[in-house]
Amino acid sequence: MASVSLHAVSKSFGTHAVIQGVELQIDDGEFVVFVGPSGCGKSTLLRIVAGLVAPSSGIVAIGGDDVTDVPASRRGVAFVFQSYALYPHMSVARNIGFALETLGMARDAVSQKVLGVARMLKVDHLMDRRPRELSGGQRQRVAIGRALVRQPEIFLFDEPLSNLDSDLRMEMRLEIARLHTELKTTMIYVTHDQSEAMTLADRIVVLNQGRVEQVGTPQQLYHAPDNRFVAGFIGSPRMNFLNVSSRQEGEVAVLTGAGNLSLALTTGDAQSGIAEIGIRPEALRLVAEGEGRIACILERVEDLGHEHFGYCRISDGTVWVIRLPQAPLPDRIGKPAGLDFAGSAVYAFAADGRRVAVGAGHVAEGPQP
Amino acid sequence: MDTATLSRPLRKPSSFHRAKRRIVRGLQIFALLLVLVYTLFPYYWAFVSSTKQGAALYHSALVPALDFTYYRQLIDNPIFMGSLLNSAYVAVCTTFLSLVIGVSAAYALGRIEFPQRRAVLMIVLMISIFPQVVVLSGMFELINWFGLFNRPSALILTYLLSTVPFTTWILTTFIREFPRELEEAAIIDGCSHFRILTKILLPLMGPSLASTGILAFILAWNEFLFALTFTLTDENRTVPVAIGLIAGTSRYEYPFGQIMAASVTVTLPLIAVVLVFQRRIVAGLTAGAVKG
Repeated sequence: MASVSLHAVSKSFGTHAVIQGVELQIDDGEFVVFVGPSGCGKSTLLRIVAGLVAPSSGIVAIGGDDVTDVPASRRGVAFVFQSYALYPHMSVARNIGFALETLGMARDAVSQKVLGVARMLKVDHLMDRRPRELSGGQRQRVAIGRALVRQPEIFLFDEPLSNLDSDLRMEMRLEIARLHTELKTTMIYVTHDQSEAMTLADRIVVLNQGRVEQVGTPQQLYHAPDNRFVAGFIGSPRMNFLNVSSRQEGEVAVLTGAGNLSLALTTGDAQSGIAEIGIRPEALRLVAEGEGRIACILERVEDLGHEHFGYCRISDGTVWVIRLPQAPLPDRIGKPAGLDFAGSAVYAFAADGRRVAVGAGHVAEGPQP
Repeated sequence: MDTATLSRPLRKPSSFHRAKRRIVRGLQIFALLLVLVYTLFPYYWAFVSSTKQGAALYHSALVPALDFTYYRQLIDNPIFMGSLLNSAYVAVCTTFLSLVIGVSAAYALGRIEFPQRRAVLMIVLMISIFPQVVVLSGMFELINWFGLFNRPSALILTYLLSTVPFTTWILTTFIREFPRELEEAAIIDGCSHFRILTKILLPLMGPSLASTGILAFILAWNEFLFALTFTLTDENRTVPVAIGLIAGTSRYEYPFGQIMAASVTVTLPLIAVVLVFQRRIVAGLTAGAVKG
């Protein structure tokens, strides 16, 4: 087991900067998830930790030792690939045991260890099969087994579940969570699926265009995002945004915008420069036309059985998603309506995307006529 | 808008499409037969000629006479059998060496990043551009310096000039298409480059090795110009040269039948090799076409 720290790590391919000055400290035994849109550099960052990609500059340390120039096989890491990367010409048993075989371990010891790992992952009945004879879930288990058998100090997962169908993904997610509780090994997990990130992580690292946007627990990211990017990325359905113009009256910012929005928020300083507000779908309430804080047209309702999403178009064309406790009456669809929300549910952002701290409960009353 | 153009054309009856499908199928088979006849006829003609004696050779009958006198003569001819052995030695060694060199070069060119990679690939390709005749005199000097003149080994050395470039190119393409993650997995598992090559890449390269190997083998087996230039005496000749130099019993007899019999015999090993590796070749040619 070991901690991982990245100091000023950058990577560029030619002139294209993929990772830009990443600072990160991962504690021993922590489960950290790198999340971000595709092309944000999260896989590259994981490969830098693994030693498969050398950083252009910066220091990678594992367990306090500088390993920047240590080859991948000497870092005590195990890697689970998105495509599983099982050796197609080897049986399951040899696939799992290949690393030990490479180390020159005796055959008996290898097969014993392999069997132990295979039992733990419930693939011990498949030992003689080739990877192509396995289902996706079984391949994934074998790939995890191959990582497990080396008793690594750090587990690295590169989008391991994205090739599986949704049922299996849920199952393997639980399996990986169980593995972490049992082994208490440091794990770094890359995904673009924020629900995987939310459910698995002790801490989430949100990456965007090679930069760390925010590091924090799932709850911190959800309830206190640092900026508009994190606010928009974490949460499903995503946060609703609306461009606003603000007028500062002392420590109160008066915001106006589409849908007859009129909102006043207390701000810490007199120059808040709020340019956008965001509200999560679950913080919105559908009310009658003319009521609430913002006017809209209820365009469409999605009934998923256990939950209902309403899509409301605001006068500037923005569509807001709202989570409804129950499906509204069919005759409300296509008709004007109002949306209400508590002042404390409003996130305010400056023009550069930075979040502006606003006071809760100081919201001007009602939509202005 | 004109509504007539929008209305669907009348649907033809199913029997029409069935008949159409059968006609197309028939035409395909006909085309296949045409190609087969075109490619196989020369070989068949050689076989027919090789079994005829004397004046019968000058009748263009298509039925073989099944007189194997010339074949018996060939088997009893120690020089011809010796040249068969020479050919086998040269072709096998050439194939083996060009695969060993080709695989190592291809791994370096396909996987290991170094700045001159493109340049090296281009140079490898350039080597194979020159016609044999151009390099012939230079080669002759080289062979003399090495003291290999009139030895089969000289042929191996010169054939590598033509086989290594294309084995390298074909295998480089294969290694490039090889999933990167598989190699990264092997690196994590602690493999050196050599172990990756021998334990991971080579077992998976069987089909492409077989197809490039066979191409190299055929090239070495059939080569004539270098073989004619670099060998002097009968006991060092390879089969194509030996056939070219077969003489009749008198200077007025053209040994047509013997030459044909020899040609047929020489082709048999090639056919055997191709049939043995046929499945692998087909797999090699389509490798990477479909994601596995």
